[in-house]
Amino acid sequence: MYFLQGNEACVKGAVAAGCRFYAGYPITPSSEIMEKMAVELPRVKGVFVQMEDEIASMGAMIGAVWTGAKAMTATSGPGFSLMMENIGYALMTETPCVIVNIQRAGPATGQATKPASADVMQARWGSHGDYEIIVLSPWSVQEMYDLTIRAFNLAETYRVPVILLSDEAIGHLREKVDLHKDIPITPRSLKSDLPPFGYSPEDSVHKDQPTPMPTFGQGRKLLVTGSTHDEWGYRKTQSPEVQARLTARLCNKIRNNIDKIAETEEYEIAPDTEILIIAYGFTARSALRTVRLAREKGIKAGLVRLKTLWPFPEKLFQTLPRRTSGRIIVPEMNQGQIVREVQRLAPKDIEVVPFNKTDGTVITPQEILKCLENY
Amino acid sequence: MSRKLLKYIRPEVFPTPFCPGCGHGILLGALLRAIDELELDMDRMVFVSGIGCAAWIISPHFAADTLHTTHGRPIAFATGIKVFNPKLKVVVISGDGDIASIGGNHLIHAARRNIELVVLCANNSIYGMTGGQLASTTPKGARTSTTPDGSPEPPFDLCKLVKGAGASYIARASVFHTRELIKYIKKALTHPGFAFIDVVSPCFTQFGRRNQVKSPAEMIINLKKICSKTKSSEELFTFKEAGKILIGEFSC
Repeated sequence: MYFLQGNEACVKGAVAAGCRFYAGYPITPSSEIMEKMAVELPRVKGVFVQMEDEIASMGAMIGAVWTGAKAMTATSGPGFSLMMENIGYALMTETPCVIVNIQRAGPATGQATKPASADVMQARWGSHGDYEIIVLSPWSVQEMYDLTIRAFNLAETYRVPVILLSDEAIGHLREKVDLHKDIPITPRSLKSDLPPFGYSPEDSVHKDQPTPMPTFGQGRKLLVTGSTHDEWGYRKTQSPEVQARLTARLCNKIRNNIDKIAETEEYEIAPDTEILIIAYGFTARSALRTVRLAREKGIKAGLVRLKTLWPFPEKLFQTLPRRTSGRIIVPEMNQGQIVREVQRLAPKDIEVVPFNKTDGTVITPQEILKCLENY
Repeated sequence: MSRKLLKYIRPEVFPTPFCPGCGHGILLGALLRAIDELELDMDRMVFVSGIGCAAWIISPHFAADTLHTTHGRPIAFATGIKVFNPKLKVVVISGDGDIASIGGNHLIHAARRNIELVVLCANNSIYGMTGGQLASTTPKGARTSTTPDGSPEPPFDLCKLVKGAGASYIARASVFHTRELIKYIKKALTHPGFAFIDVVSPCFTQFGRRNQVKSPAEMIINLKKICSKTKSSEELFTFKEAGKILIGEFSC
């Protein structure tokens, strides 16, 4: 057992997952990740480089991944905004990589040292064009370790950038963490004669699955482009068929696997549960306490915690016990983002109530309890 | 193109997309000749480009690993490749708008780091692909689609810029002076630090037609008249002949 800060646990997880390249630019409240990477990576023969901005950090990371590295960068709000174009490039070129966003209160410079969860929709939709992306939401220092490893594994499996969407409160939290080594690591399969960008359109068996990630310097003469391309990388900027096939594949390789990617946890979910809280990140810690306090008072509350925000667990309400008189409360450190997904998916006769706080402080158990008691 | 160079090319991608009078095809040939004369192994090289006409010199023509990046960022991508695997020879080739305008920050920082990269800036002093708009390299007074009365702004001298930033091999060549161009590219490819060549490569379609040049051929031949060969590297900072372009090496 170690006693670590969330940002430090993230670095430990990355190195354990095989991360051997980091490019970044300092920004509060994520800078400890960069500082720790500068110490840890040389010890494992990895490469650390401080770039001139977050645009260059994403670019250098993508370059290193195509040269064979597992790679990561970390940032916060303003830097995350700057990374968006190259995140789209990573999506288009199916470059596996991990981007950590230690969210702070925005918009713009906002409050650099205060937590928020207001980048949830930006993480999903921030880059232009049609795509699906994976976004994970840790709620503890332990999960800053565990979910960083999972982020690397998912990136390799689906050849997609994965965003670890944490916040200042978790990033700077210190608590016990088990740096266990028994988590399976998804390796990069280097040798392959398959086309670099998906199976041929005639291959209906492997339709929409990613092919193994190739590497520069192996004589494969790779054509990598952010323009619309066929499975061998040739630019096809005028073909409706290739554009349609590519965007469908980039989305379907994630959509077809939502059950494997999207993870949730349930607390006090029983047939008697009348009030359901759906929460994620730091807010879910408070919500769990709220559930316990509510049960002591005789309020039949339960919690569903979202470990994965995107793709959203579409089948969530198919597995939960069905109650027609219940309510769902969605507390968030933003003006209401995930609540829209819940409203979209919840049974229509169940009232979905947002509880929002955007003052740069975390939501407390008592605040959610008060919200519960009002119903 | 010489037959011996065809092995470096993907034959299925011809003809090139370049307009009549464009200098980029000459630069393509010069780079391949330099690689051939140095007997470099293309399988141990990575070619990185941004967005614009010049980015298509390598992608998809070169039979090698190529990375066609976002606009302005090829030097940042190339930095990641080079620092993760220093054994690879990494060449960036892109236009002046890409490398010097939107990507100017990455240019000066790579020069400052003196990282071993070859950066060839195909400089046509205009945004060719998007329709002839003003670039940071457009000569003062020149007409572009966004400066119909002539540019009011002074342009960047890219060699001075990277010299100030710390590049250790600096040269300017034109696509008319191909012997020097090949010689400089060979030097850049064997240089153990940041090597930058400003390659004057005319764009008749977007620049020439707007600025009273009669034909694509005339624009290429004009280079003979307006390029002045440097006598010493010091001349980079003292040369002041209006309408002339100083070519040569400026490293010392």
